[in-house]
Amino acid sequence: MSAIWTLVARDLRLAVRQGGAVGTALGFYMIVVALLPLGLGPDLNLLSRIAPGILWIALLLSALLSLGRVFESDFEDGTLDILALGPLPLELVAGAKAFAHWVSTGIPLALLAPVLGILLNLDLEIYPALVATMLAGTPAVSFIGAVGAALTLRARRGGLLVALLVLPLYVPTLVFGVAAIGSLLGPEGFLAPFLMLIAISLGAVVLAPFAAAAALRAQMQ
Amino acid sequence: MQLVAENLVLKRGGRTIINGLSFQLGAGQALLLTGANGSGKTTLLRSVAGFLKPFTGELRADGLDDEQELGELCHYVGHLDGNKPHLTVMENAAFYAGYLGGLDASRAQVGLKKFALAELADIPAAYLSAGQKRRLALARLVATPRPIWLLDEPTVSLDTASVALLVDAVNAHLATGGIVVAATHLPLAFTMSTELNLDAQGKAA
Repeated sequence: MSAIWTLVARDLRLAVRQGGAVGTALGFYMIVVALLPLGLGPDLNLLSRIAPGILWIALLLSALLSLGRVFESDFEDGTLDILALGPLPLELVAGAKAFAHWVSTGIPLALLAPVLGILLNLDLEIYPALVATMLAGTPAVSFIGAVGAALTLRARRGGLLVALLVLPLYVPTLVFGVAAIGSLLGPEGFLAPFLMLIAISLGAVVLAPFAAAAALRAQMQ
Repeated sequence: MQLVAENLVLKRGGRTIINGLSFQLGAGQALLLTGANGSGKTTLLRSVAGFLKPFTGELRADGLDDEQELGELCHYVGHLDGNKPHLTVMENAAFYAGYLGGLDASRAQVGLKKFALAELADIPAAYLSAGQKRRLALARLVATPRPIWLLDEPTVSLDTASVALLVDAVNAHLATGGIVVAATHLPLAFTMSTELNLDAQGKAA
């Protein structure tokens, strides 16, 4: 157990020291959402209607930018080989690294969402629920993304390939994430889509490490 | 402790790299792998570590219990050092001691001392020279006790004093019943070592 936390703590420390990837993801999120009102014009009703979709799609794209970091540097500098020789099965190594990605990127992105909601004229009252929705959905983003990152380790400039592989798998998260925020603005219930979102995240947390570990094994041969 | 390879056949990308190799290493024995570039030294080491499954044949360590994999008994120091440039020398060493062996930073200190890095402990690994980076990778061997050391050209970018430190560490490891498999182009003065020369067909020449 202590080996997992040692690994998670190291990844978080590296994320803080390097800074670049997290900062890029947050900056990208801010810029994309800030540009949209400029492109769409000052129609406040339109903006608040499309705000949930924009916040989620921009979040997914920003998270994609930082996915390369999950395994790539460890693969390139040989750390992955040594991690594979540790007491943890590769599944737990992949899970720990995806968890560290969620803490270092998913949570900051989720917390940034309400700030960006202001730009989109989103009702202030729904902000707690908005953050809750983002926090419930982002584990799936990190864990499914880790599978894509592991699969494209050896592909040069794998960034675009990751997007092609992973974005379709984000569809359920996107659909229920938008539905959950949308339900706060309309008459539908919030709980059903929110619980679905949690279910998708939990499923991803359980299943994705196996897929990611299988991909890593193939890459390390 | 005994490391045994029987009729080992290793393939990469459909090409046979090692073709029917057998060897047996007992406690305190070292195997020096020699051979031309591309003769399969790295492939053999990576397969002992468990990164590459044998196509046919068997690799096993006697005295291994069912729960453990062979790789968990091994240290692997390859061409890539596995150091993080943004962490200090001590943080790098302490991470591996904690991750590989559940050991605290005092063990990492032992490893750093052995390879004359104790004075650089607080410097980010990014500022180390190539030889110092290699020594930091080798410090893992001493910090976390494991019976089998797999060394892939460990002397690359080391100066003569550092090579002596390495030979010293290896001999101390062998004296306590460890096993070492090292790929090398330099003659290394390990005690109790046998040489295995791989030819282009992936057989012992």
